[in-house]
Amino acid sequence: MPTTLDRRTVAAGFLAGGAAAALPRVARAQAPAPLAKTIPSTEEKIPAVGLGTWITFNVGDDADLRKDCVAVMAAFFEAGGRMIDSSPMYGSAQAVVGAGLEALGSPKPLFAAEKVWTSSDGPAQIEATRKLWGVPRFDLLQVHNLLSWEAHLDTLFAMKDAGKLRYVGVTTSEGRRHGELEKIMAAKPLDFVQLTYNPVDREAEQRLLPLARERGIAVIVNRPFQQGDLTARLEGQPLPALAEPLGATSWAQLILKFIVSHPAVTSAIPATSRVDHVRENLAAAAGPLPDEPTRTKIAAEIVKL
Amino acid sequence: MSEWWTYRPSDFLLFVPRTYYRLLEHYGAGAWPWQVAALAAGLAVLVALVRGRPGALRLALALLGAGWIAVAWLFLWGRLASIAWSADYAAPAFVAQGALMIVLAALPLRAVDVSKPRRLGASALVASALAYPLLAPAMGRPWAAAEVLLLFPDPTAIATLGLLALLPAGRRAALMIAPLGWCAFQGMTLWTMGAPEAGVLLGAATVALLLPLGRTVRRRRDRAARDRPPASPGA
Repeated sequence: MPTTLDRRTVAAGFLAGGAAAALPRVARAQAPAPLAKTIPSTEEKIPAVGLGTWITFNVGDDADLRKDCVAVMAAFFEAGGRMIDSSPMYGSAQAVVGAGLEALGSPKPLFAAEKVWTSSDGPAQIEATRKLWGVPRFDLLQVHNLLSWEAHLDTLFAMKDAGKLRYVGVTTSEGRRHGELEKIMAAKPLDFVQLTYNPVDREAEQRLLPLARERGIAVIVNRPFQQGDLTARLEGQPLPALAEPLGATSWAQLILKFIVSHPAVTSAIPATSRVDHVRENLAAAAGPLPDEPTRTKIAAEIVKL
Repeated sequence: MSEWWTYRPSDFLLFVPRTYYRLLEHYGAGAWPWQVAALAAGLAVLVALVRGRPGALRLALALLGAGWIAVAWLFLWGRLASIAWSADYAAPAFVAQGALMIVLAALPLRAVDVSKPRRLGASALVASALAYPLLAPAMGRPWAAAEVLLLFPDPTAIATLGLLALLPAGRRAALMIAPLGWCAFQGMTLWTMGAPEAGVLLGAATVALLLPLGRTVRRRRDRAARDRPPASPGA
């Protein structure tokens, strides 16, 4: 699968969706491609920064806000992004993603990551989700927050065996249920695990990230900015000197560089509703990344503020 | 789930404040000019409270009951459910609350003897529900986003708590659950969003819980005074 989206394809998608006139202009100078990391179970490469949809894409029927989301998705693909992640828990986010994909002419680079959540009928929920996205199949399906994970994993592994799914994963967030997650990672042939990790939430470094490397499990990092709390706390604070050689022009970029430079991390999925932020996020994975001593310094700088 | 206690209120906030306020604005614009009629009905509820006549209180109960059903249908199912799946669960409770209020409004009601502070507190709650729409422009939001009772849930719940303070305890108890529950839930949601309206909702719920206690305290004090042995002569 290609890792970049031709600008002409994006423009054609806009026209196809009748959205070209209403959307902000997205054509701009081609930014360097973000770092691609390897999914251990298949050796497939994927950009180290994806797009989360938690809260930001739950805009209901608001036509203007939906257009903003389409513009974010367009900028995301244009900057070389691939993985979009959502969940049945996220209100209208799935429908908004689906409408966005349609408006953009079903971008080929899409890596569709979804979740199965509280439903007792996992297959029915997955099918409803697939229709909302308007995709033939998902690349990755994850058990959301480990809810009913035994039954849901059976469903997902059966789908993978039948060729209806490429990857299987489980998710947690904010450090919840790490003990149980570790047991599942050790016992099940997972392709992906999703968890929270950033310079101030580093518990995953102790056992989960090493285990992921050992077991060949790709890692998706959610809540990289602590749902905006971390970047809000750092706002107005001068960047440390170590940011410049890394090419980081904001705290958000420095945080993302810290996250994706961990050898076990495959992709971080910051959520945003702003085009400039999505470009900034992907650019963070395009420049130099910190080595281990510099990562330690980044965390120390952020923790002390 | 075994670890609900590990969740924070912000984990359940599904939308950004901008999305929520735009939803209020679009709903309000679509409802215009029903806000005028709703405010007139709200004034009638306030007058009923001030006068305290059983017939007027029953009419107020029916009016607010109809408001709960309207809010469930038009706002919770019609709008809020598009960004908050919790609205799908709240809406049936709103309908049940409205239906129960209308049924109780049809039953005879004896005059309720309440203290002046309690009547004052109840009237203040209804008055604050009537003034609630002013919060939107005060916060720099458009008038279309102004939340008017009988059309929006928050002022409807506050006004209901005021009216219930004047009803007999037997009727009040069951009817308090939904408005108190909504004030608590919505208060937490707004607090998580950093919205100052959270204080109004949580404050209204606190006042509503305290109002009936005033009477209990007074009764206990009177009973204690009655039971006290008379002072011995010359003491």
